[in-house]
Formats: sequence, C-alpha cells, structure tokens
Amino acid sequence: MNVLAVDDSRTIRDMLRLTLTGAGITSHMAEDGRHGLDVLEGIDPDVIITDINMPRLDGFGFIDAVRRTEKHRTVPILVLTTESSAELKARARDAGATGWIVKPFDPEKLIRALHIVAG
Amino acid sequence: MSDPMQEIRASFFVECDELLEALQDGLAALEGEGDDPETINIVFRAVHSIKGGAGAFGLDDLVSFAHAFETVLDEMRAERLDPTPELLRLLFRSADTLSDLVRAARDQAPVDAARVETLLAELEAAGGVEEAEDEPADFQPMAVSLDLDLGDEVAVPAEPDPLSAPETLWSIRFAPHPKLYAAGHEPLFLLRALAALGRADVTCRIPDAVPSFETCDPGASLLAWDIRLATPHGEAEIRDVFEFAEGLCELSVVQSDPEASVADLPEPVPSKGGPSPIHRDVETDPSRPVAQDLSEPMEDLPDPSPTVTSAKPETATPDPAAQRGPKSGATVRVDLDRIERLVNLVGELVINQAMLSQSFTEAGLAGDSTVASGLDEFLQLTRDIQDSVMMIRAQPVKSLFQRMGRIVRESSDAVGKSVRLVSEGEATEIDKTMIERLSDPLMHMIRNAVDHGLETPDLRRAAHKPEQGTVTLTAAHRSGRVVIEVRDDGAGINRQKVQSIAEDRGLIPRGLTLGDAEIDNLLFLPGFSTAGQVSSLSGRGVGMDVVKSAISALGGRIAITSSPGRGTSFSISLPLTLAVLDGMVVETAGETLVVPLGSIVETLTLRDEDLAPIGGNATAVRIRDSFVTLVDLAALLGYAETRRSCADGIALLISQDDGAKAALVVDRIVDQRQVVIKGLEESYGRVPGVAAATILGDGRIALILDPSDLIARPPGHGAASLLLTEAG
Amino acid sequence: MTDTAEPTTSAEGSGAVLELLSFKVGEQEYSVDIMAVREIRSWTRATSLPHAPSYVRGVINLRGTVLPVVDLGVRLGIASAEPNERSVIIVVDLGDRAVGLRVDAVSDILAVPGSGLQSPPELLADQADAFIRALTIVDGRMIRVLELTEVLPATEVAA
Repeated sequence: MNVLAVDDSRTIRDMLRLTLTGAGITSHMAEDGRHGLDVLEGIDPDVIITDINMPRLDGFGFIDAVRRTEKHRTVPILVLTTESSAELKARARDAGATGWIVKPFDPEKLIRALHIVAG
Repeated sequence: MSDPMQEIRASFFVECDELLEALQDGLAALEGEGDDPETINIVFRAVHSIKGGAGAFGLDDLVSFAHAFETVLDEMRAERLDPTPELLRLLFRSADTLSDLVRAARDQAPVDAARVETLLAELEAAGGVEEAEDEPADFQPMAVSLDLDLGDEVAVPAEPDPLSAPETLWSIRFAPHPKLYAAGHEPLFLLRALAALGRADVTCRIPDAVPSFETCDPGASLLAWDIRLATPHGEAEIRDVFEFAEGLCELSVVQSDPEASVADLPEPVPSKGGPSPIHRDVETDPSRPVAQDLSEPMEDLPDPSPTVTSAKPETATPDPAAQRGPKSGATVRVDLDRIERLVNLVGELVINQAMLSQSFTEAGLAGDSTVASGLDEFLQLTRDIQDSVMMIRAQPVKSLFQRMGRIVRESSDAVGKSVRLVSEGEATEIDKTMIERLSDPLMHMIRNAVDHGLETPDLRRAAHKPEQGTVTLTAAHRSGRVVIEVRDDGAGINRQKVQSIAEDRGLIPRGLTLGDAEIDNLLFLPGFSTAGQVSSLSGRGVGMDVVKSAISALGGRIAITSSPGRGTSFSISLPLTLAVLDGMVVETAGETLVVPLGSIVETLTLRDEDLAPIGGNATAVRIRDSFVTLVDLAALLGYAETRRSCADGIALLISQDDGAKAALVVDRIVDQRQVVIKGLEESYGRVPGVAAATILGDGRIALILDPSDLIARPPGHGAASLLLTEAG
Repeated sequence: MTDTAEPTTSAEGSGAVLELLSFKVGEQEYSVDIMAVREIRSWTRATSLPHAPSYVRGVINLRGTVLPVVDLGVRLGIASAEPNERSVIIVVDLGDRAVGLRVDAVSDILAVPGSGLQSPPELLADQADAFIRALTIVDGRMIRVLELTEVLPATEVAA
C-alpha cells in the first residue's frame, strides 16, 4: 500500500513515516496543500492523509482540489484532526474526506483506519 | 522509548524552536502593522503545531497551555477577538511562557508553575470558551509508544479466543448512498474489515432492473449487501467498522434469532489470510486494481525501520537555510561534525595554496605568465571555496535578537520602566558557533542598559524625552567583520561617578586627569559596578569585564561611546568566523609573527627625530600630539635583548581595549594576509600574549599574537606614562 | 597523568615481548615503546614559543597540526649537540596529544622480553631519574626506557 501524507509539522511527518514504514506501507510526504498537489502528480497513492491547518493551501482546500482531479477523484482521504468534534467531522465530510484520525494519533488506530478505507 | 522516537523527539524540539521564532515574528508583525489575517494564521498554526507534536510525546503541561493559547488565537482568527494592545501583551507573555515550557519539557527542567497558572487563567478568560467539544475524551494526549509489532491485531480489536467466547449472530444490511463512493470509500474494504470480526456470509443484492449500459448512471449506487456475521464481538465493534461511513449509507445491525443456522457460515478468517468469505456475486469494480489479495497486508510486519537521519540527536543541526524561514528552498540536514571537518580541510587548502605559491616563487617560475595567472585563479578559487564553506555555518542573528526582545520585556517589567527594543540587520549572518556565545554578553549589556542606562519615567519626562526608553540592537557586516551595536537613549555615562567609583575601588589612583574615552573604558575593569544598591537584575555584579572577556574570546573587540543625556552605545566587532583572521605578518629578531590586523591602528616608520627617551630605558615616539611608549616586541617575547636604537624599526600602533595605546617595534613588515587559525592550547597550552598559531606559505608555524594581552597593564600606571603631554 | 600507549606495565615481568625504539641523546641511549611512536621526522627548525622552558624548542608543522618539540638532551640534563640536520624528531603519542622529541640519532628497534626489564636503581639525586621508567641490557649496552609522561608535564597545558 502506498500513502501520501500532508502535514506542515515535521514532527508529525516523521511520526507518520515511522508508523507507516513499520507497517510495511510506503509513504510520500508533503508540507502543505500546494506541495501535496505537486507530489500527487507523480504518484498514485492508495490513500491520502492530510492535516487541516497548513500554510499556502489548507486541508480543506487540498481535499477539494484532489476531488476535482480526474485521477484521484475517489481516492480515500483521511484528515488529521486535533479534536473529534462533530462540527469538525461534518466539515471534513463536506469537504470530501473519507475518514479522520485524531492527533496525537494512535498507530494502531491509524493502521486500522487505513485498512478500512484502503484495504 | 525506542531510538527512532528519541530522534523524532529531538527533532520535535528543533521544530519547536523554529515555530517559536515564527510565533515571535508574527506577534511582532501584529504589533507593528496591524491584523493581517495571514499573520494571525501563521501565529495560530505555530502554536497549533507545537500542541500537536507535544501531544504525541505526552507533554501534558505544554499541551494544556498551548491549547488555551491556541483557543485565543482561534478566536482572533475567526475575528471574534480583536488584537488590541492589551491582548497582544498577553500573547507576547504567553509566547515567552510557551517557550519556557518547551525548554522545560526538553531539558526536564522545572518551570514556574504559578506563573503558568496565572497566564493560563488569563488566556482562558480571554478565549471565553469552555471545552465544548462533544468528545473531550478523544483529546487526551496519548503518549504514543510506537511498538510496531502489530502482528495480526491490526484490523481487529483485541482478538478474543474464537473457541471460548460466545458468538452472536448478526444480520447486517449495508446499502451505500452515492455519496459513500464520492467520499472515497470502497465497500470491498469495509466488508473485509467486517468479515475479519468473525465468520461472515456476504450476499450482494443486485436490483432486478439493472439499467442498460447506455442509460445507466455510473454515479448511482444500486448495490447493497446483506451480511450474516457470527462474531464474539459486540455491536459497538461492528458499527465501528462503518464509523466513517455513517450518514453515507443505510446500515442496520440486528442481532439474529439464536436458533438460526450458523452451520453454513465459513470458518473465521484470521487476519493472516485464507479464502475470501465474500461470494463471487459481489461485483468488484473491475477498473479498480484489486491486486490486493485478502491474505495480504497483515503478515510478517517488518521491524520498525525508521528513516534515520545520519545525525545524532544532539548534533542534528537543521540546515541554516531552514533557519532563515520555512519553505525557503530545499534544505539538507547535516551533521555538525562533517561541517567542522570541511571547514578544517578548506583551511588546509588555503595553507597549501599559499605554500604552492611560495614554492613557485622560490623556484623562479612565478614570473612565467601562464603559471602566474594559473596561480592567481587558484588563489581566487580557494578564497571563494573558503568563503562559501564559512557561510555554511553562518546563521542570521535574528533568533538571537528575538531572545533579547524577551530580555527587554522581562527586565523592564522588573524595574518598572517602559522599554522597547528596536532591532536592525537581523538577517546579518554570523558563524553559528559565535551566535551562542554572544547570547550571554548581549543579555548582560541589555540588562545594564535597561537597569542603569535608561532613566526612570519621571526623569525622562523631566528631560523631555519620550517616556518609553529605546534600546537599539543592530548588526551589520563591515569591512570583513561583523559589527553588533547595543545602543540606549538613556542618560549616558555619569563620568564623574564612574571615576570616583573606580578610585574608591582602588582601580585607579586618585586625582588623575582622564579623558572621556578613558573614563568610559573604566567600566571594563574587573570589579567595577555602578550599582549603588543591589538592583533586582544586575545586583550580582555581572560586570562589563565579563562581557569583554567573552567578546575577546571570540576574537572580537568591544568599544564604548557615550553622550551625557543622550545615551550610551556599545560596539562589538567580531571576526566573520573563528577560523580565519586578517593579519599582518611581521619579522623581528629572525622570527616571523602575525599580529591581528584588527588590533593595529596604524603603522609607523620610526625616525630619530620622533623619538624621545622617557624614564629608565624606555623610549616614546611622538605621534601627532601625543607620545606613545615603544615596546620592543622581540624583547617582550624573549627573543632578543632590547634593541638599542629604535630608529631602524617599524612600529605597529596598538590600541588596547582600555583605550591606551602602545607601539610595538618590529624589524619589518612582511605582508598582510588572511591566515588560518590553528589552536595552540590543545597541543601545547596557553602562552601569555599568544592567541594561536598559523602555518605560513613556507610550511613553518608563525605565532599569532594577542597584543592586548602582551602589553596588559592597569590604566592607572599606563595612562600616566603613555600620555606625556608636551610639557615643554 | 595521562596513560600512554605503552603496555610495558603489563609486560614487565611477564614473558611478553616488547619492541623498543632506541635512540641516542648525547652519549646515552634511551628508548620508547614502539607502540607510542607515531612517526620519525628529520629536523626542521621550530618556531620558538616566548618565555617557554629551555627544553621546549618550539612548535613545528606536522601535516597541518601544531606539534610542540622538546629537546630531550636539555630536558634530561644531558650534554648533547645543538640541533642540526642530522637531528631527528620522534613524534610520540602522549594520550591526549602528541609531542616531538628531538634526539641526536635513532639507533635500532629492539625486541625485549618483559622479563628483561628492570626497575631503575636508586641513584643519588640524578636529574635523569624521574625520566627513566625501566632499564634493560642489550648486547652489553644499558638502554634506558623513557618515562614519556615526564617529558612534557601536564601542568604546562591549560585544562
């Protein structure tokens, strides 16, 4: 399985990479939404994980843009949120996200979520 | 914690530094230029990111403070709160405390809990928001332990023993809405996750009236599934599988009649693979590459193989380019040791180039124009490489200056004065190793400026000065050196008081007539402190002598100028890097020595008519309106007896740190060049008067002198003998 | 006190064979454990260090590093020739740093069994005493094994 992870925090990116690699999953990283779109042009991820609060292009803008592409219209997208309020979930859902992971993320929950949306 | 986590943790704290810097920048911008929404966003994100990372490491104190901070910033972001000056002051103080908490977390140091509590309360009051989230429980920062031997626990919550736990039979109906697909879900995976809970029999309900190919709407959702599931798990776990799909499908989970036959259910599929429980009736989307075998991902998960940066956590230095600001271009993290080595090698290259040049000259080849121009190019290339390598370690002084902002805030609060810090030239770069060593000296100087330099608000008003005092911090590159200035617009140095204190402390004899500059320089004497009473800041007598030694140790110089009623200014001149030095190569008594160019005020050719004997065996030379004692360098260094006549020598006029002047007599000046500094202390030890060594073009070692150290004498004695006015 | 690389302590009295580099200082023959020797260089004029002790010749450039040079003759109080082109500098490892020893000539490499080393006898107020770690006899000649740690006392060096 290969994953694209988009988060402006280097620490979160490092931890995601560590978790994913440990589960035998290939990961590609991006620092913000715009960067994410760039990276997306060259890869074909099975699932995308993205943060919400990022410079240049935030999570919602990024998801919106991804859902408009031909190639990645239906790729599963998980958003990283720091709280799991119903409001945030609804916003994420409206933006086109498939699911969510609460930060700080539990590696097991993360992997489980990946399998639910991407096998 | 396992090793990779240590690395990420160390990296997190480095990231925190960057975020804190961005936070400071943002707050400063808000203070200065108003409420640009993007700036507010930047500030918000900085705190938000710190919170996020801190949560992962279980740094609870940090998380809860950052959360309250973030909440206020969120309110500002949503324009429910205005960035008033009071609010900004709160934010600045919060940023300082956040910084403290980060440091406390990193170094496991204690923190002023009372202060944190107070600020926390203020933030919560300002944010006006209670923890209104529906599931605050999810917000608990979990200390994450990345024990990634996930085995076959992955898609299934704690796997109960299928033999012992009682199974219940469930009937599940799952009918996706079109939105489910649009959201990126794939029923195959959901069904697989469901099937992993126990033994499942899945049937796909295909509508009788399947539209024809031409008329069908590919976005419509016509399929539904019925699943019979025998599982020891409860309803909650079943619904969990569809957590993300909530609202995007019809889902019914009904416990079946226990009498219903379970015999035909296939054996439970352990996550490790086995035949698919899903009937062939299920139309999987052929265009989706289902190369995913059911027996696939859960096997033999490899040990966590972290992508390790080659640096050790302590030395994992973020590339200076990254320090300039986020997203300023591709960066690489480099081990500081490797940079050291590179710097040394380049130093060798410079020496080698000089030696090559010399050999060519000696072999008489330098005249040959091809050789000469080749050598010139080589020299130029070497210089360019050296410059580039030196700059690898260079960082902007900005982070240093920002820290000083905080010092100004704290110290002005402590003494009840209103002070602002103005900084210029923050982008000026100096060697990383120097930045750290400048922190303490700068701190002392700024504290002194706030405490002693600036007048109380009353006095300032009386003097028709703005009530708020200003401390200005500037940095600039000037003729191959870095010049840093600390300026205040206070009362200036009270020279009478300074002189009398120096006399009281026995630092100078009484009754001397001293010039302004000389009095100012008395401040640098050890044991000097103008604090009449012990003030809350400088009471412990951290004097300017400590500052001066610190600056000297960096190869720098510090000078002071002051104007009564207007203010005082300290000017620090530092070499661009610790590794090279602009020097004057001189020869005396057959020895070749190097005198740092920065110490030399001017060079003099000695003529008999300018010389005058003074007491004992000393001679002074007349320079314009004053006389300066001549010192025979060779004799001073023990290389020769005192020369009898200075008339055939050259003198280097040295200005000492205390302002007094002396002239070193040498036989001749060889050259003026940049030399690579080689330490002497590590291999031999400290030699008074000698700063270091260097290797000359001929391969021989030449000592680099420290003129001030050479001629050091207390100003009381020196002043009298050095400044012989023409008494007639 | 730094520990040198010499394993003589453990070898003394045992059967292990020690290799010594022997050299002449004036009329006397001294030696050091070959393991402590980094290299041997011909004499180059050293840059004097101001007000240094008389036995410190100065410093020389050893492939880019600053190497202090001690004139062993002066240090040991033995009359020896002034440094000339035939002088030799033996670069030895003192643990935390290296030092060059100026000697008159290098003689030989001797293989000496640990048992062949004897402690120096009690001599009367002989300045050279402190510098002798052990004695051995080879081919009827008395060879003194130099106590390297005494050559350049640590007190010279800043911490």
